[in-house]
Amino acid sequence: MNIITCIKQVPGSSKVDVDPKTGVLIRDGSNVKMNPYDLYALETAYLIKEKYADTIVKTITMGPASAKKVLEESLYMGSDEAYLLSDRAFAGADVLATSYSISQMIRKLHPYDLIICGKQTTDGDTAQVGPEIAEFLGIPHVAYVTKIEEVQEDGILVRTSMEDHEEQLKISFPCLITVDKGTLVPRLPSFHRKQRFTGYSIQTFSLKDLEDKDPSHYGLEGSPTQVEEIFPPNKKRDSISIKGDKKTITNSLFEILKEKKYI
Amino acid sequence: MKYKAIDQDDILVLQEIVGADFLIPKQELEEDYAHDELQTVHAWPDCLVQVKNKDQISQIMKYAYRMNIPVTVRGSGTGLVGGCVPIEGGILLDTSKMNRFVELDPINMTLRVEPGVLLMEIYEYVEKEGFFYAPDPGEKSATIGGNIATNAGGMRAMKYGVTRDWVRGLEVVLPNGELVSFGGKVVKNSSGYALKDLLIGSEGTLGIIVEATLKLIPLPKYSASMLIPFPNRIQAVSAVPKIITHHVLPTAVEFLEKESLRFSEEYLGKKIPHAQYDAYLLITYDGNTQSEIDYDIQRISELCVNTLGAIDVYLIDTDERKQSVWSARGAFLEAIKASTTQIDECDVVLPRSMISEYLDFTQQLSQSLQVRIPYFGHVGDGNLHIYFCKDDLEDQKWNELLTKGFEQMYQKAFELGGKVSGEHGIGYAKKSYLKEQVGPTQIQLMKGIKDTFDPTYILNPGKVIQ
Repeated sequence: MNIITCIKQVPGSSKVDVDPKTGVLIRDGSNVKMNPYDLYALETAYLIKEKYADTIVKTITMGPASAKKVLEESLYMGSDEAYLLSDRAFAGADVLATSYSISQMIRKLHPYDLIICGKQTTDGDTAQVGPEIAEFLGIPHVAYVTKIEEVQEDGILVRTSMEDHEEQLKISFPCLITVDKGTLVPRLPSFHRKQRFTGYSIQTFSLKDLEDKDPSHYGLEGSPTQVEEIFPPNKKRDSISIKGDKKTITNSLFEILKEKKYI
Repeated sequence: MKYKAIDQDDILVLQEIVGADFLIPKQELEEDYAHDELQTVHAWPDCLVQVKNKDQISQIMKYAYRMNIPVTVRGSGTGLVGGCVPIEGGILLDTSKMNRFVELDPINMTLRVEPGVLLMEIYEYVEKEGFFYAPDPGEKSATIGGNIATNAGGMRAMKYGVTRDWVRGLEVVLPNGELVSFGGKVVKNSSGYALKDLLIGSEGTLGIIVEATLKLIPLPKYSASMLIPFPNRIQAVSAVPKIITHHVLPTAVEFLEKESLRFSEEYLGKKIPHAQYDAYLLITYDGNTQSEIDYDIQRISELCVNTLGAIDVYLIDTDERKQSVWSARGAFLEAIKASTTQIDECDVVLPRSMISEYLDFTQQLSQSLQVRIPYFGHVGDGNLHIYFCKDDLEDQKWNELLTKGFEQMYQKAFELGGKVSGEHGIGYAKKSYLKEQVGPTQIQLMKGIKDTFDPTYILNPGKVIQ
């Protein structure tokens, strides 16, 4: 079985500041990490690999050369191969152009049975890249998978968690899933595996390696979404004081939470 | 000692000092105030007073001194040896409302705080300004006053030392109500006897800490840990001295075993990665550049896997990974407590070279007494936390086995050059073992000190040497 896992390098801390004048994210280049949700995507793949001996897990990412670090990490965790998609032509890609670029790369890694993505990234937060890759590839996909129930000859049985219900679905290969945390405990990078991959060279794909070489389909040019403005969120905190007896306080609190749609 | 029992007149005087709302008489007091975290020592105060400033403390002490009323100080009550339990009743003086940050001095790199500030609040306060307060006791909701009173240690002790190393100055109210200042913002001090250091770790028996000046250093920007499984405990523990002498000093070296991890998994309701092995070291490095940390980790990983027989070395470098492993380590005490009906603990500290032998002894004792004795420890600094679990033993049998077991545990520790307490203190529960360890001459010297500071023995009576 061939599994492709898609991962991303994201800022190491959620406390990323925005330059109030330019609206640009102030990124600390050295403070980066693997998108936390991708850890679950990888763990899902590795558990399948542990069960089905002939499984190969390939991990891919799109980003600058420095994003190789998360690919190396995936090798140390359990991936068999890792590939980087990197080209200046991809800079400024929105969700659609990113998904398209990745789908083009995946076509080069054919054949595959299963593509696994994290449910979303902690920087973009759209949760759309996975499903859009599948649409570009013309394969079925299921989002928010919390459990792989069974791997069958021609597909997998998955459990997916929607807001108000859970679904059990059978999905045929080749297919794509995005995974949520579920009950998985992502393994840690292993020093033994690091030693094993000493000298391993991560192959880089650029625009010229893809089937569709038209630069207007990629990067800023291929992105229908244009960012108008980025501004730091309002960090001001308000407080309200509720006075009265227990019942009044409880009722007022309930009304406020209800009004703000917290409950 | 004979003390005056608190009566209505005393209550009125105390109310006058702190305000009626901040004096709670015994009959209205919650049971929590009659014990500490471990609950092995129980005693009720006659009243609880919640103080807001040093002036109130001074007035209370002047009155208590004059009337011969015992006073026991309490912070968050997270101690484990009954240190804050008012054995002789009297006034329980709660400093937890004195929780102001007085001054952060960036030039001298010091932080002045009131005693009720919580350890976790200190970290948050100084780290956002780029400073670091290094002592790292497991209980982050403890007050700094309590930490100083017990000379709390924690996991980073091997690189950064213990609380005593991080206190530059203390303001203390003496038993007679006089306010005295020891030390200050100075880095060095060779001026007379080190009374500040004597007060640190005196467990509220010599004076009441009303303000502390803490030392800060620039915050190390990066840290990463390694979870290192070994085939067995002996290999894990024997690896420690070699790791420490091999390269730069680690920030922390913790020893974990499968059983403790299992308790944590059950308690936290979540799995810990790679928890299938018998014994582990959990080693942390910190520093100011990522490359420095990467280098440290590479060197130690090679040593552990290639020479010291480690099964593998797993990297813990991001917040998520730190959370997945350190939350388990942090929950050990609570997890062990939750696994049984009652616990009592032994907080011995030994020369690092003796840990393996001591743990062997502990396991043999567990078998011979038929008592479950889980443990974990700061093996980097030789401090072990060993817990006797009552499980379904009957009270009488439990007390018998506990007395017998503790006697043997401490005896063995002393034989190996160890001490009664690494970081929890003596309090009420460990007094007899201290006597045994240090002998009559040292007890006499300590009594002389107590006599000088507190001639009428009104401060935290019944503790440490009394």
